[in-house]
This record gives sequence, structure tokens and C-alpha cells, in this order.
Amino acid sequence: MSAFSIERRGNVAIVTFNVPNEPVNTISKAVGWELDEVLSRLAADEPTKAIVLRSGKPDSFIAGADIEEFVQLRSVEEAVRLSRDGQLLMQRVADSEKPVVVAIHGACLGGGLELALAGRYRVASDHPKTQLGLPETQLGLLPGAGGSNRLPRLIGVRAAFDIILAGKSERAKKAFQLGLVDELVPEAILLETAVAAAERLVRGWKPDRRGRGIAGAVLDGTPLGRLVVYSKAKEQVEKKTGGNYPAPLRAIDVIRTSMESGMAKGLEAEAQAFGELAMTDVSRRLVEIFFATTALKKDDGVPPGMGRARPVRRLGIVGSGFMGSGIAGTAVLQASVEARLTDADLVRVGRGVKAATDMLTERLKRRRLTRFEFERQKALLSGTGDFSGFAGAQIIIEAVFEDLAVKRQVMAELEAAVPITTILATNTSTIPIHDIAGEAQHPERIVGMHFFSPVEKMPLLEVIPTGSTSADTIVTAVQFGRRMGKTVIVVADSPGFWVNRILSPYLNEAGYLLEEGVPIELIDAVMTAWGFPVGPVALLDEVGLDVGEKAGKVMHQGFGDRLTPSRVIGVMRADDRLGRKNERGFYFYKDGHKTGPDGSVFQLLGVRPLGEVDKQRVEDRLVFAMLNEAAMAMGEGVVRVPRDADIGAIFGIGFPPFRGGPLRTLDAMGAAEAVAKLERLEAAHGPRFHAAPVLEEMARTGGRWYPVGSGR
Amino acid sequence: MLTPSPGRRAVVIAGVRTPFAKAGTVLRDASAADLARHCTRELLYRTELPGSEVDEVIYGQVVPSPLLPNVAREVSLLPQLPRTVPAYTLNRACASGAQAICNAADQIMAGHADVILAGGVEVLSDVPILHTRKFAQVLVAASKAKSLGERLGLFAQVRPRDLVPVSPAIAEPSTGESMGQSAEKMAKENHISREAQDGLALMSHQRAAAATADGRLSAEITPWFGGRAMDQVILSDNTIRADTTLDALSKLRPVFDRKYGSVTAGNASPLTDGAATTLLMSEEKAKSMGYRPLTAIRSYAVAAVDPGWQLLMGPAYAVPLALKRAGITWQHLGLVEIHEAFASQVLSNVQAWGSPEWSTRLGLPGITGEVDWNRTNVSGGSIALGHPFAATGARLVTTLSNEMVRRDVQFGLISICAQGGMGFAMVLERVP
Repeated sequence: MSAFSIERRGNVAIVTFNVPNEPVNTISKAVGWELDEVLSRLAADEPTKAIVLRSGKPDSFIAGADIEEFVQLRSVEEAVRLSRDGQLLMQRVADSEKPVVVAIHGACLGGGLELALAGRYRVASDHPKTQLGLPETQLGLLPGAGGSNRLPRLIGVRAAFDIILAGKSERAKKAFQLGLVDELVPEAILLETAVAAAERLVRGWKPDRRGRGIAGAVLDGTPLGRLVVYSKAKEQVEKKTGGNYPAPLRAIDVIRTSMESGMAKGLEAEAQAFGELAMTDVSRRLVEIFFATTALKKDDGVPPGMGRARPVRRLGIVGSGFMGSGIAGTAVLQASVEARLTDADLVRVGRGVKAATDMLTERLKRRRLTRFEFERQKALLSGTGDFSGFAGAQIIIEAVFEDLAVKRQVMAELEAAVPITTILATNTSTIPIHDIAGEAQHPERIVGMHFFSPVEKMPLLEVIPTGSTSADTIVTAVQFGRRMGKTVIVVADSPGFWVNRILSPYLNEAGYLLEEGVPIELIDAVMTAWGFPVGPVALLDEVGLDVGEKAGKVMHQGFGDRLTPSRVIGVMRADDRLGRKNERGFYFYKDGHKTGPDGSVFQLLGVRPLGEVDKQRVEDRLVFAMLNEAAMAMGEGVVRVPRDADIGAIFGIGFPPFRGGPLRTLDAMGAAEAVAKLERLEAAHGPRFHAAPVLEEMARTGGRWYPVGSGR
Repeated sequence: MLTPSPGRRAVVIAGVRTPFAKAGTVLRDASAADLARHCTRELLYRTELPGSEVDEVIYGQVVPSPLLPNVAREVSLLPQLPRTVPAYTLNRACASGAQAICNAADQIMAGHADVILAGGVEVLSDVPILHTRKFAQVLVAASKAKSLGERLGLFAQVRPRDLVPVSPAIAEPSTGESMGQSAEKMAKENHISREAQDGLALMSHQRAAAATADGRLSAEITPWFGGRAMDQVILSDNTIRADTTLDALSKLRPVFDRKYGSVTAGNASPLTDGAATTLLMSEEKAKSMGYRPLTAIRSYAVAAVDPGWQLLMGPAYAVPLALKRAGITWQHLGLVEIHEAFASQVLSNVQAWGSPEWSTRLGLPGITGEVDWNRTNVSGGSIALGHPFAATGARLVTTLSNEMVRRDVQFGLISICAQGGMGFAMVLERVP
């Protein structure tokens, strides 16, 4: 079956792109050949004077290139050739004597946008689902089918940088303002408008593209202006990526070559850069993450065929503090469910509803919501002092403070108030779920849902079943988490679950380093250089030292001396330091902003800050504390598959994506080297660095977490 | 009034209202839609009624904002309901809430609906302030003007007095008499003393305070989260003065006739913001869904008198008619709720129902009944609780229904006087 069908309207051929048996269109080699053939046929077809290209998929134009094909690339030359082929196809479209008009409705991304850019005229629907973008740099690549050359020519270098370097998508309206599309119309008249434009082009009409204003003319329109733009962009990218991501920098070079030395040179540079980037480890890791998250979207956390998800229309939330209101607001925004908050204190209920409503107001202000949608969503949020309305909820999430007795009490009250089919989820970061479910009459409907703070922004959710949790409960919780926009991993009911488990020894180690007098800013700088968004000491301030103390104790209890907390936290707490929340921590704060490290910490500790520190040793201690614990937890079966573990670390604590996660990092160095390193650390710093048995086993047998060469 | 076929009796399942607040106080920033949606949504949650069961929303509003002429539709567009629930807003003046409930009952009895949300809302903090007719005409003409010159010419016609805003008064359009003047007139003509009026007001406040303190009224109110931070939790009506005394009431100066008058701010109902919604069902639907109805609507009646006569005397006719339609007499009533627009009006109505001279004067066959204050307005009335015009009827139905269950009373009566000389009466019956 062909991916393209042709129908004629007057002298315009309407080409509909519809890859059979796929939910969205992607551009593969095979599709490229077919399109090439279609263009040849239409070129020879006398009555056809112009071509309109559109998608046959509902609410989606073209999602991008077929990434599966990237994974199979084995050499730079092969990757360069793939890029060249793509460029030739797009050139064919651009050079077509019969003008090609592109009608865009729905996602128009990557190769899809490159195809659209090659057309003579672009019409887009004004639908919210119509988004245009070039996300290639998010996969460690750059637009390799002419996009890096055509975009800056169409909308200017600055706007092209905005889109290409961050790999972001623009909504239709913004795309129109940028000049990325020529016309914006309601979906109902998209095709007619495109056909009419095609007919005008046949009659020799020249579309009038708007100028870019004075700043645009100077910065984008002159070589000197562009020089400023290039160096500014480079500076910003280097600051943002810390030199860990080569793709945006290569994109700047390619665009510069293209603009200053002509498109032929530009296309050559583009293909070469694409080929080289495709072979980098960074790109491999980012592509693996893409596949892992895609696969996770289809994984409900139970063996296939088990468990049925119940549709969730109403969510009950007990505890309307920061966490509860964050869950409520996110649930309304993302899943459009009713969210009802309850709390013993009505003033807190009101504040909670307000905090959740503020999330909607923010969207309204940024025009992400219409006034009508805003009013509807606002009315989905409500609060009460009792359990009224909770019996009609399908899921109730308990988000009261971390205290086993209180949480058990809440569960008992809920069991008395709601039907036995209602799922009762508990949001905890430290308390074992089976303890909370311990006295429940129906433990099969109790499950842990560990959200990260702030709920709206943090992309990960850990779902934690106990031994008694039913498959239906797990599947419902996982699917609902996904509706809330989260990447969901199902992890075992063991102290700290997964994310906090591997975080714990890492934060402890940071504490030990402080005890030894290693400067705060040095510890954090070493880890941000390694690729973390924030260092461990700053993270302690963010999380809150009270929370950190509590979690540290639980982990110590659960796993013994290996996870002994550093005495730093106790010392800080004794000085009434909670971190950012009371603006007293390891750092100074002013008006909510971190201003600099607070050296008085060392006086509290009674140590003198060291002048000379071996940074490599600091890095090794911190990194291996986490990697070894990751192996330890995997050995215990805390996470089902390495994929979930790595995704959890990346999305839960910002583990550097270009490293692919802790297990990918171990695979990259090899178990033998990891064990050797751990042995040296153990000799110097004690048995907490004793290598995980599973790592020792791998070192002996040459084992790995992932099969060799697996892209997914 | 139709005679219901078996199972088609309209029953009251539950009611919820917002706190009532003096106009210009804690609810002044809320819109009518906000208040109406808030209490209706809470009613849905408290009753766990699936929104898909609702057939219609009927709401009353006496002074709607021109920007929101059909508040009922705003209610039925709550996301807890399907978008396809029809809705209309009606105006039977102060009896609007009661009228909404009776219209719902009619629809249910006729078999047109099984589940209806009916109630009323008023935000007297948000009455529309209008331009003068002259200035409005100029504005309309100017919007159609073809040139600047023409536009300037139009505005040149405007005189300063045309720019004075017009705010609606609570007055009879037919006679120009304000409601308070009518109440004052009735006090004089019916010889209702200042002491009697203040005495009724005191009782209203004391009973309302007691019913709030012991939770009877509080149970019907859903908290309102006010203030910018939504942390001002309002749980009860701010119109009630628990500590008022006869002495304090007697010191207030008459408002409408400074010299010989007796109607004061203390013995009249205040301008109030608030909303109330009740859930009505057919009896068979309630049974099939497992709800225990509080009461059934047994009968209702509306009457009107000449507004130039005693404006608030409509209940003198409406009550005997409703009793007749219910097939009962005053003696069967275990509880009575009289809307207290003014103490002088309540006492005039009471006089009219109970005296043989009045029956003759009204052309009625005999007296309607003697009011027993031990069974009347037992949780206070509109003087203490406030009177958000269209919400009052729904408040009365809910409060009376709950009290009838509490006291296991078979029949209860609601009497409401309304603008235009109208009177509204309803008989509720306990559902076993």
C-alpha cells in the first residue's frame, strides 16, 4: 500500500501523505523513494500545474524522520549519505517546476518541517495541535535534510537559532508571526486555502514575505550583524550545555557556513555535521532515552494482559499543602479531571485551592488557555473540610505530612468513607507503602504514588505496589500518572524506592566531603561539570534539610551502616537551617535567590575549609556512591528493567542525559573497571564503597546491564 | 397544579447554599455565576449525584447583570455536568427561588424530567448601574456614525445631567413607591407597633444565632473561600446579630418616615449576596437511585394584589389557596416559614390570616389560621439571615425540609411576599 494518494482539483494535484498502519506519518527512506516517484509522475503529468501536499492523519502532519533508521547507522559515511539523500529529496521539492504548497494541520516536526520548508508556500491551521519545530538537537543531531539551511533563510538567523538550538516547537500562531508559515486559517478551510494559493502561484503570483523590522535587518541582514548573533549564540549554548552537548554548537557552525558561504557549502557542512553527530555517544544516549520513554508510555507496569485500568474522572486529594495542591493543579491541567482537596484545616484548603488555581491562571496569562477553558478547569478544582465528594472519586491520593501514624489514620478514615473499589494512593518519599497499608481492610487497592516536588514541573512519577496491590490498581495508577503528563516507572516497595535510594549515598557523601572541609561551591561545581543541573549541596538546600534528615534516617534504618547520614545535617538543623524554605542553608539567599555559599557552615562543623582539593577524587566519591547504590538496588530487584532505572535517574534527579543514566554509565566503563575503582575507594574511605555483589559478578563474567549495541 | 401520577411526585433530596453576606461585604467580589456554581457543585458532591443524571437547571435571579442574563446556563455548564443540560433563569421577584423549585416540580410531575437542580442567586453588591436613556442613544448612534464630524455632533447634544448614572431602586415601577415605604404604609394601616416589629426582629436574630451555633443552619451552608489568597473561610451568615437586644433595636431611627415611622434597618431584611440550590427528583427516580427524600412538593399557589394597595399582602391570598390545593387546613401544619422582608409585613400577613374581619375584607370564606410562633420561623428568618432575593425561596425549602425531618412533621408551609403585590405559598409534605 502506498503512503501517498493523489486526487485532482482543477489543475492542482492534492497529494495526501498517509503511512499505512501507523498512527502518525514519519519520513523513512522508503517514503522518500515514494515521494520522489510521485514528484516524477506529477512532473510528467500535463494537466497538473501545481501540487498541494497534506497529511491524511488526524491532527498530525508529519512527526519527523524515522528515528529507527538513525539507530542502524554504522559509520559517519553512512550517516552523511542518509543526510545527503534527505537533502536531495527536499531539493527536488524546492526545485519542482510545479509549485508545491504545503497544508499543515497537527504536529509538523523535524523532517516534516524540513519538507514543509522546501515547499513554495505554507498554509497552517490555527488549531492548538498545530506545532512546528525542529527537535533534532534534543537527539544530539541537527536538522540534516536541508532544514539548517532553509530555516535561517526564511525567518532569519536569530529566530532560526531559537528553534534549532533548543529543539523547541512553536504553536501555529507564533510560527505565523515568525514567518515560518505564510497563512493561518481554520482547519475547515485549510485545503481550500492551500489549493487557492497553488492556483495563484500557477498564475505567476509571488507571495509577499514580510520584512523583519530594523533590528532584524541589521542583525540578520548584514554579515557584521550576523557575526554578533553567532558569537552570542555560541556563548549562550556553551553556558547552557557546559560543553557536554556538541549538537547545538555544530548547528551554529553549519548555519554560519550556510549564510556566509552559500547554500551549497551549507548543505555540505550540514550533511557532514549530521553524519558525525549521529555517531557520537551523546546522540546514541539521547536516542536511547527517546526510545525508552516511548516504550515506557506503553508499559503499564504489569505483565501484558494483566490488570484493567479504570477510567478516572475524579481525583480526591487528602492534604492540601504544597504537594496536594500541586497534584490537584497538575491533574486538572493535564488530565482535565475533577480534583477535590480536603484537609482538617479549612484555611489550608482555601490556600490549596488557590495554589492550584494559580497554576491555571498562569496558563491563562500566557494564553495557553482560553477564558472559557480556564473557567471550566477552575470549576474542576474544589475543596472541602470533610470527605464529601470522595466516594465518587476513582483515585484518592493522600499527601499529608510524612508520619506513619497520621498516614495510617488517613487510610482508615478513607476506608470508612469510600467504596472498596476506590484506589487509595499514598504520596510518600520515605515510608514503606506496606507499612501504610499494614492495617488496611482492603490492601489490594492501596498503592504508592511518589510525586516529585514541584509536581507541575518534575516529569517523573514512581508507582510503588506492595505485595498485596492488585494489578488493576497498578495499571490504573500508572495510566493516570501518564495522563498527568508524567513518565511513570513502577518500582519495588523498598526504603527510598528507586530515586531516593540512589540519591541517599550521594548526598551522604557530599556531607562527608563537607566534614572534611571540601568547599561547598567546589563540590557543586564538580557535579555540575559532570552534567548534573545542580550539585548535591545545593540540592540539599532545595529539598530541605528537615526532609533530608528524615529521609537519611529511614535509609540508615533500612540499609545499615553503608547509608549512615553525615553529621552535617544534624549540625545544620541545630542552627535552625532548613535550606531554601527558610533561606538559611549551605547557601545565602536574598529575596528567594541564591547568592553564594555560606562559609560559616565550616565553623559550625568545626573544620577549616581546605585550600587544595583533588577534584577527580571528589567526583569519583560522589559518582561512585550513586553508581554502586544503583547496582546494589538493581541486584535487589528494586527496578524491573535497566531502562526504568536509567529513565528514573534522569527524570527524577537530573542525572546527565548525555550519559544515559547510571547503568548506561556503568556499561560504558565496564563492570571490571567500576569494581577496580570501587576497591580503591573502599581502601581509602571504608566499606561503604564495597562493590555491589552484582557488579562483582558482572566483572567476573563480563556482564552488562544492556546487551552490546542495543539502541533501545 | 397537576395531580401527580404514581411515583411522579416531586421530592426534595437536599439543598446547599453559600453563606449569606451583607451586600458590599465578604462576597462583594463574587459574581452571581461564581456563587451559584459554587453551591450547586457542592450539592452535587454532597449528594454524590452523577452529573449525567441531571435533566435541567432552573435558577431564579431578580437583578441579573446584563452581561450574564442567563445565570442558570452558567450553572449547567459546570464541568461536573454534561454540556448538554438545558437551563433557564426566571424572575418571580422575591419568590424566584421558590418558583424555580415549583417549576421543577411541575416538570417532574409532567414526566418531562426526573432530576432537576433548582435555586436562586442574588449579588446585590453587583447591581447594574446604567447610563441615562439619552446618553445610551447617543452612544449607539455614535457607533454607527460615518464620520468624526457626525460623531462629534452627536456628543455635542449630551448635557451634564445625561451623564449621571442611573442605579435601580428597590421600588415598584408601577407606583414608584419603594419597598420600605410600602412596609411603612402597612405598619400604619394595620397598626403594627414599633415594639412588635422589633420583637420579631429580635426573635429572628436569636433563633438564627441558635440554629447556626447548634449546626442546623451550618449544615446547609458550604464554606466560601474568600480574599485574594482564598484563606478567608466564611462558614456562616454575617447578617446575624447574636447579641442584639430590644434596647439596641429600639434606638435605631426609622428610615422611610423619620417623623412618624417605625420601619428601621433593624426590623427589615438587609440587602444581601448569596445563592442556594436544591436537588429535586421524581419519587421513583429517587428510590431507584437509593436517595432518601426529605419532603415532597405537595402544592403551591401564587396570588397578586393591587400594588397601589398594601403591596406585601399577596400571601393573604396565596396561602389559603395553596392549603386548599394541598387538601389540608392550617391545623395540619407542623411548621411554617414566613419570608421576613419587613417585620411589619410579616405581622400584617399574620393579622390577615388570623382575623375574621380580614377574611371578610379579603372576600375569603373564613380565617386561614392563627400563627403559632413556636412552630414558625424556628431557625430565624430573612431579617437575621439576609435576603438575597431569588436565593431566599431555595433557602426556605431546604431549611423547612430539614426541619420537617428533624421534627418528623407531616406538613410544612412556606409564605413569600414579592414585588408587584405578589404572594407565593408552598406546602411541603414529609416523605415517609
